[in-house]
Amino acid sequence: MTARSRPGDPAITSELVRRHGLNPEEFDRIVAILGREPTYVELGIFSALWSEHCSYKHSRAVLKTLPTTGPQVLQGPGENAGVLRIGDGWAVAFKMESHNHPSAVEPYQGAATGVGGILRDIFTMGARPIALLDSLRFGSLDSPRQRYLCHGVVRGIGDYGNCVGVPTVAGDVVFDPAYEGNPLVNAMCVGLLREEELIRAAAAGPGNPIIVVGARTGRDGIHGAAFASEALAEGTEARRPQVQVGDPFTEKLLIEASLELIASGHIVAIQDMGAAGLTSSSAEMAARGGVGVELDARRVPTREDGMTPYEVLLSESQERMLVVAERGSEQAVEAIARKWELESAVVGRVTDDGLYRVRWGDEVVAEIPGRSLVEGVPARRPEAVEGEAAQARRARPMPPTADRDLGDALERLLDLPTIASKRWVYEQYDTSVQANTVRGPGGDAAVLRVRGTTLGLALTAGSSGRYVWLDPYEGGKAAVAEAARNIAVTGARPLGVTDCLNFGDPEKPDVFYQFREACRGIADACRALETPVTGGNVSFYNESPSGAVLPTPMIGMVGVLADVTTCVPAAFRTTGDALVVLGRCRGELGGSQYLSMVTGETFGAPPSVNLAAERALVAFLVDAAERRLLASAHDVSEGGLAVALVESAVGAAPALGFDVDLSAYARDVAADAALFGEDQARAVVTVDPRHLAALTALAVQHGVPATMVGTVGPVGAAVRVVVRDRRLERPIARLREIYERAVPRRMAGAEGGLPAAAGG
Amino acid sequence: MKIAVVRFPGSNCDADAYHAARAAGADVTYVWHRSTDLEGADVVVLPGGFSYGDYLRPGAIARFSPVMRAVAEHARSGGPVLGICNGFQILCEAQLLPGTLARNFGLSFVCRPVTVRVESDATPFTARYRVGQELRLPVAHGDGRYVADDATLDRLERGGRVVFRYAGDNPNGAMRDIAGIASEERNVVGMMPHPERAVETLLGSTDGAAVFALAGVAAGV
Repeated sequence: MTARSRPGDPAITSELVRRHGLNPEEFDRIVAILGREPTYVELGIFSALWSEHCSYKHSRAVLKTLPTTGPQVLQGPGENAGVLRIGDGWAVAFKMESHNHPSAVEPYQGAATGVGGILRDIFTMGARPIALLDSLRFGSLDSPRQRYLCHGVVRGIGDYGNCVGVPTVAGDVVFDPAYEGNPLVNAMCVGLLREEELIRAAAAGPGNPIIVVGARTGRDGIHGAAFASEALAEGTEARRPQVQVGDPFTEKLLIEASLELIASGHIVAIQDMGAAGLTSSSAEMAARGGVGVELDARRVPTREDGMTPYEVLLSESQERMLVVAERGSEQAVEAIARKWELESAVVGRVTDDGLYRVRWGDEVVAEIPGRSLVEGVPARRPEAVEGEAAQARRARPMPPTADRDLGDALERLLDLPTIASKRWVYEQYDTSVQANTVRGPGGDAAVLRVRGTTLGLALTAGSSGRYVWLDPYEGGKAAVAEAARNIAVTGARPLGVTDCLNFGDPEKPDVFYQFREACRGIADACRALETPVTGGNVSFYNESPSGAVLPTPMIGMVGVLADVTTCVPAAFRTTGDALVVLGRCRGELGGSQYLSMVTGETFGAPPSVNLAAERALVAFLVDAAERRLLASAHDVSEGGLAVALVESAVGAAPALGFDVDLSAYARDVAADAALFGEDQARAVVTVDPRHLAALTALAVQHGVPATMVGTVGPVGAAVRVVVRDRRLERPIARLREIYERAVPRRMAGAEGGLPAAAGG
Repeated sequence: MKIAVVRFPGSNCDADAYHAARAAGADVTYVWHRSTDLEGADVVVLPGGFSYGDYLRPGAIARFSPVMRAVAEHARSGGPVLGICNGFQILCEAQLLPGTLARNFGLSFVCRPVTVRVESDATPFTARYRVGQELRLPVAHGDGRYVADDATLDRLERGGRVVFRYAGDNPNGAMRDIAGIASEERNVVGMMPHPERAVETLLGSTDGAAVFALAGVAAGV
């Protein structure tokens, strides 16, 4: 029986094909695969699975160049999430994903469902979610619209993560006018599992039942995957009905039910019904297992009457899982679902004919060769050419050094929301539930202990889009290098990467150039630092009428501490500790926050990344932490050395002053470049004077330049920095006030009008 | 001594309470909210979280769970009951404690360590503290502002039933800085801060550990 159109289905016209986001070449391929024209339902199915979001048709060839292997990799790309061994038989599943477009039109639900989706990708691997991270990008907080977006996104993330009981422990937030029309909301989840508990989402065993567990299917989010695969335009507000609505309470029950189902041995495979819902989850599970499936879409429990097979297949209603169970286990699965107060329904079977067949009762509404459906999309090979404007802004010379007041410059930098404290954000997140958080947000990487072991996990996520915009290759390297430093300053060894690659329209040659070159930089850095990429997400079409966002390849990284008690804080600890800068001073101001602050523009060559130096620095930091030589360690990044020093000073409770002379360290560098240059491969560490000699000797051994530049303390004192004839002196209390007040001061004007948040 | 940690759909600090009680040397068991008895436990803990997703308002639906009848019976007969965060909200909804927990003054969820002063050592959960002792405990809630009418507040104060008070930083605008209270017989205690997250040096504070060390309860004290 072949698939037939249903009465009332629209005719398949070229206009209908176009509205499904398929080009003529793709439609011809579909006709060739089927040997006939697709039905309306089949067109919808192809539209979803061949969207950029699901098929990676523009990016696949480039992604294949990323390193994905290593002795620590238990599961590489291609599954719901990557999995790394961390020791003692334990492993972590982790992945980052974007929810940019939904958040642009409906920030609260867009961000909340982003968290929900990434959680499901983790617990479907058999891992219990133990941490969430979020990397957010907005326009300037001076705009009411941006404050509304920031407010809604933060609340959406908080309400979802807080309710499911997974701590939100790290991430970053950057404000730049380039994100004005298209914010970025990237959520990362990390889960913990025993190696032997790993389960993959590959359907197997003809005759095995396919079961839907969780929420009912409604008409929300239909074509969400296709929505994510086009640029935001005027009138995008009308897309709000395509944004799904999240229910973290059901999610919490799904976590418990899914983990119990996996532990029960009754199931073969499990996958989130995420982007493109039932369609993609069933087709992908079948393709991974090399089997066919037959679904009866009419048996899917629906939230409303009169839904068509097209709607049931493409709905992106949240908090639903698709399970392949062992034959005969139907009742056992149902009982576990019912215990957690969840609905379940058998909706199909695994078959051995390799076909993706969908019934609606007695009718067959779709019948497609399964492998072609998942893998048959013609790859696009977009042109990649660097734009002349990009070359010009990189080549633009630095302005001559002026005699600006260094203290004023420091204060203005600390008041930039990108650099300032994000306490306003992270205090709305539950950071300590599950009682594993050794170091929460506010430092470089979060550190969690693994209960019942000596192990610690260090987690970080972020990126500098400015560097990538100025030089995609160096920027890609810098994103990985900074993540690795964030991990290593805690004492943890970097282990692996998940990436979330946010770019503009890939059909534009300059955008695709940014993408390809950034990936080349990421690949080189990941190879040098031995941190394979085990999964992630590509988000193209991050454009609005005001242009493309900064190319922002977010890097999520996991590191491991053999003994969590050796973990090093970012904040200064004790008055009198010696202050040591690791890495060389080059005074690179290109692309720096300081340069933008004084000129109002972003230009120049971004700081160059020496991967050998980064590798040596990481190895040294890990070694020094294991020997318990460090009192504190903090990465030098945006805002340069001066900002890094102040962050470590105000992080102490109570805040500590410091006294620093950079004359020798920055011998040939202008004072402002020494203080605010964002030279890579650097960190600021403090050390008990009794350990200073040992630390210096270890640095020599690792080939890491280490320069003692001053001392910490005392409490409540001043910050003093000298560079030859230039001086900077400010009370630490004042700097702390500026640093802490910058974001809340701006958010105070934020609008309400958001859904009432849950408490607890 | 046997401690029952009750799990409602949406509880999410159940495991943390379990581990904290175990670390204090207790025999701990989970009790599902559909259970009609407490499986012989001497002490009941209602953990934090979002029972029933805070539908309607925090704790409003959980109070109707079958297990709550057994909890009320246990409380009436003098058995120790501790409600933490959402557990405190449930105890108020179930009228085992007076007053209510309203939306935070700042209207946002707030999670940070705060300083809490022990105001009464005359409950089973604070017997190992000194009155006036200051504890460093995390809070994590959206609805933690303790509210009651003046008469109730005065009665609580007079009866020595204010058990914990925020010292300095009141994170939610609670009336009279109240962070925790006890029932008239002082066997039922509700508190917004999370002592179960402060039982290990590694995590920054051990100040909450003594809450779970209920010496002599099994012996009928």
